[in-house]
Amino acid sequence: MTYNQKITSLHLDVLKEIGNIGAAHAATALSNLLGKKIDMRVPKVEMVSFNDMMELAGGSENVVVGIYLRIEGDAEGSMFFILPIEQANRFIRRLIFDESFDFKKRPVSELGLSAMQEMGNILSGSYLSALSDFTNLKIYPTVPGLSVDMFGAIISIGLIELSHVSDNVIVINTSIFEDGVEDQETVRGHFFLLPDPDSFDAIFKALGVS
Amino acid sequence: MIQNSSNGQVIKVGIAQMDVVKLPNTIRTSGLGSCVGVILYDESKKIAGLIHVMLPDSSLGRQESINVAKFADTGIAAMIDLLKLEGVQKFKLKAKIAGGAQMFQFTSDKDSMRIGPRNVEAVKHELKRHGIRLVAEDTGGNSGRTIEFNPATSTLQIRTVNQGVSEI
Repeated sequence: MTYNQKITSLHLDVLKEIGNIGAAHAATALSNLLGKKIDMRVPKVEMVSFNDMMELAGGSENVVVGIYLRIEGDAEGSMFFILPIEQANRFIRRLIFDESFDFKKRPVSELGLSAMQEMGNILSGSYLSALSDFTNLKIYPTVPGLSVDMFGAIISIGLIELSHVSDNVIVINTSIFEDGVEDQETVRGHFFLLPDPDSFDAIFKALGVS
Repeated sequence: MIQNSSNGQVIKVGIAQMDVVKLPNTIRTSGLGSCVGVILYDESKKIAGLIHVMLPDSSLGRQESINVAKFADTGIAAMIDLLKLEGVQKFKLKAKIAGGAQMFQFTSDKDSMRIGPRNVEAVKHELKRHGIRLVAEDTGGNSGRTIEFNPATSTLQIRTVNQGVSEI
């Protein structure tokens, strides 16, 4: 399968299942970390243009907290954990017992940043180990990087690899939200998994749908 | 449509896209990270073009039909042609650029980690090759940028999350 060929519904289902298993594990890890119920939406797998990608988290100028890492090994790609500022604030306040913590306050407290970094480590680790167990693929995540900035500036680093071969991106998108917080698009956190174009074959082969 | 301060419209340019602006409108692109926003303008004719460059070189592309605005080399060449159609002479063009940040600091063997600085280098190389003078730049660092160019004043306004608004 080449990247721009139409993916079949079976392929879509497989990618959805990856998003499902990965995000379910990450949501459980987050729930344990915060001592709070975290729910997730059924994953969406879409092929979107670069500019439509920007709309998946409130537009390219929307300021978010972003965790980014590269996946290397049998299957490669980029992974993002994107949180709206208010949601990230609630999580970190709860983790470090500091109600005054705010990502919008400059400079951002070192303790809060390091807690966010650690949260990124734990969540991406649980997402990817679930993915690795499910597919039997050996994958190695890089140490996650953290940035509090415009969504477009953050996500575009994940589009670089793809942009060599395509103007569209296949994105496995799972959103998470807190129990008791109204489930609006704007207050949701997202896991975005963007497999590199050359890695789809490996993923499908590993799951017997090549 | 959004109105700008001089009662014109703001023309929005997406990632790997380009467009041309005339008075009284302004032109804008948002969320530049490693990408570079390139403005080519003619001060006397008050006309400008903006390219949201994503990759340094079209030889990196592995597609049959390429989107010219995505690459520094093809994007700048295509914009010069577009501006010529508007009656602009190439030797009158000047440039301002912004972007090319490194949003995340960590090591990976992937070239994409250093894409910001490489994009800036490639843009400068192309400007030089076409004999277009680079008048001002705000490049590098590790912040995202939203930029807006006003052809009436030839100023480029740059907004970042941490440093607020500046002009070059």
